[in-house]
Amino acid sequence: MMNEYALIMRHQDGTKVASPEQIQVWMKQTMDWIGGIAAQNKFVSGTGLPFDEARVVSHNKVVTNGPFGDIKETIGGFIIVRAESADEAAELAKGCPVLQGEGNTVEVRKIAKNDNTH
Amino acid sequence: MQQQELIPHLFRTEFGRITAVLCKLFGFENINVAEDITSETFLAALDTWPYKGIPENPQAWLYTVAKNKAKNSLTRKQLFDQKISLAVQAEYPTEDVMEIDLTDRNIHDSQLQMLFAVCHPSIPPEAQVGLALRILCGFGIDEIAHAFLSNKETINKRLFRAKEKLRAARVKMEFPPENELKARLQPVLTTIYLLFNEGYYSETENEILRKDLCDEAMRLLKMLIDYPLTNKPEVNALFALMCFQASRFAARKDKNGEIVLYEDQEESLWDKELITIGALHLNMAAQGSYLSKYHLEASIAYWHTIKADTPEKWENILHLYNHLLVIEYSPVAALNRTYALARVKGNEAAIIEAEKLNLTNNPFYHTLLGELYKDINTLKAKEHLLNALRLAKTDTDKKTIYAKLEAL
Repeated sequence: MMNEYALIMRHQDGTKVASPEQIQVWMKQTMDWIGGIAAQNKFVSGTGLPFDEARVVSHNKVVTNGPFGDIKETIGGFIIVRAESADEAAELAKGCPVLQGEGNTVEVRKIAKNDNTH
Repeated sequence: MQQQELIPHLFRTEFGRITAVLCKLFGFENINVAEDITSETFLAALDTWPYKGIPENPQAWLYTVAKNKAKNSLTRKQLFDQKISLAVQAEYPTEDVMEIDLTDRNIHDSQLQMLFAVCHPSIPPEAQVGLALRILCGFGIDEIAHAFLSNKETINKRLFRAKEKLRAARVKMEFPPENELKARLQPVLTTIYLLFNEGYYSETENEILRKDLCDEAMRLLKMLIDYPLTNKPEVNALFALMCFQASRFAARKDKNGEIVLYEDQEESLWDKELITIGALHLNMAAQGSYLSKYHLEASIAYWHTIKADTPEKWENILHLYNHLLVIEYSPVAALNRTYALARVKGNEAAIIEAEKLNLTNNPFYHTLLGELYKDINTLKAKEHLLNALRLAKTDTDKKTIYAKLEAL
């Protein structure tokens, strides 16, 4: 039984600014990682989440620019993959270049199905 | 009287044109009538030309005969009693019925409309390809059977069922409305793409037939490019892809008809003119923001027109395959991507990724692993190549694998 899982890329400190050169290297690595998953026919969809024009809406409905307030941790993007189990999805997540940064994580979450079981 | 040289493929080309025009006149539901009249026209030529000589303008001769036969058919009572009469009378109130428009403009329009009719989503892709070959490209049933490595009976049945389905779906000879055009264009492109691949990769020994299939695919695509509403970036991208592939046609086979692998091909045999035309259309494809799989495949094919191996070449190819797989998975793309990965990151890295592909029943999977293991683990390489040999379906593939085994 194939399930779908979201692999959510978390950066420990989103305020760190990388050089354009570094960003390009990351981009290539990310594409290679995603290409490898797609080559196994396990890629469903995905998107990066650029920081430009990001907003955070707080409890008091105050809107601030950018995702960075009291917490520095931020989400860089997510992809959705097909896998038999959460363990298999975690295996796919291990190749994510985000993990090169110490403290960064990839969160694996099962996608709720529209079949009344959730 | 001097015997005029018969234009190559005259009947084949004219079959598609005349049938399309007549079918537009009679309505798609009477496609069999249109086909019959066209066939009768050719029979009439066969009855006359060998004895009286080929007419000065054979095309005009065929059109005149086809027009007369169509008129007779229209006036035949039983036909008028059917739906045709109402349809025709509605469109051509009185005497105009007799005007059968075989001008270039109407031929072109009718063929385009026929293309959309036979590539209707209500029938499966292989039936679309068969119908396109028969009706638009004027291929004989035996030629189609040959190309598909099938028999006449199977092909006849397939085409019969397909036409029945199109009639049931009330398919019309018309351009899709503009808001449906983008969606309706997709199966048309798929069919033309299959048609081309059928010619390019077909196992049939008939080299001329294979080349004809590719030429026909490109001709149909050119019709779409020449029509402003269908001159879309992805149509140009597909055309570019075909130009790049077709440029290697002469280099792909040696004197004995054996496949010559890409690495061993004589570059001087590549058709430079086709490559240039392809590059031109790839440029035209670079408009708008929609990136189709044809854009990616054409770009990959473009890199293959540059024989020299550079890191840049393989990095680009890898990048393009990554993107292609994200849009649409296919085992071939997955295997080719892994090969590109090997060229960029080395065989060891590629072996790890290859073994995750889960394509153990695919002969090309084992051929790839045989290749990757070649200098790392001869035993493993041999094991994979033997598996490949066992799974290979065609003689050409078996020969290629065998040569690799010998070279270990």
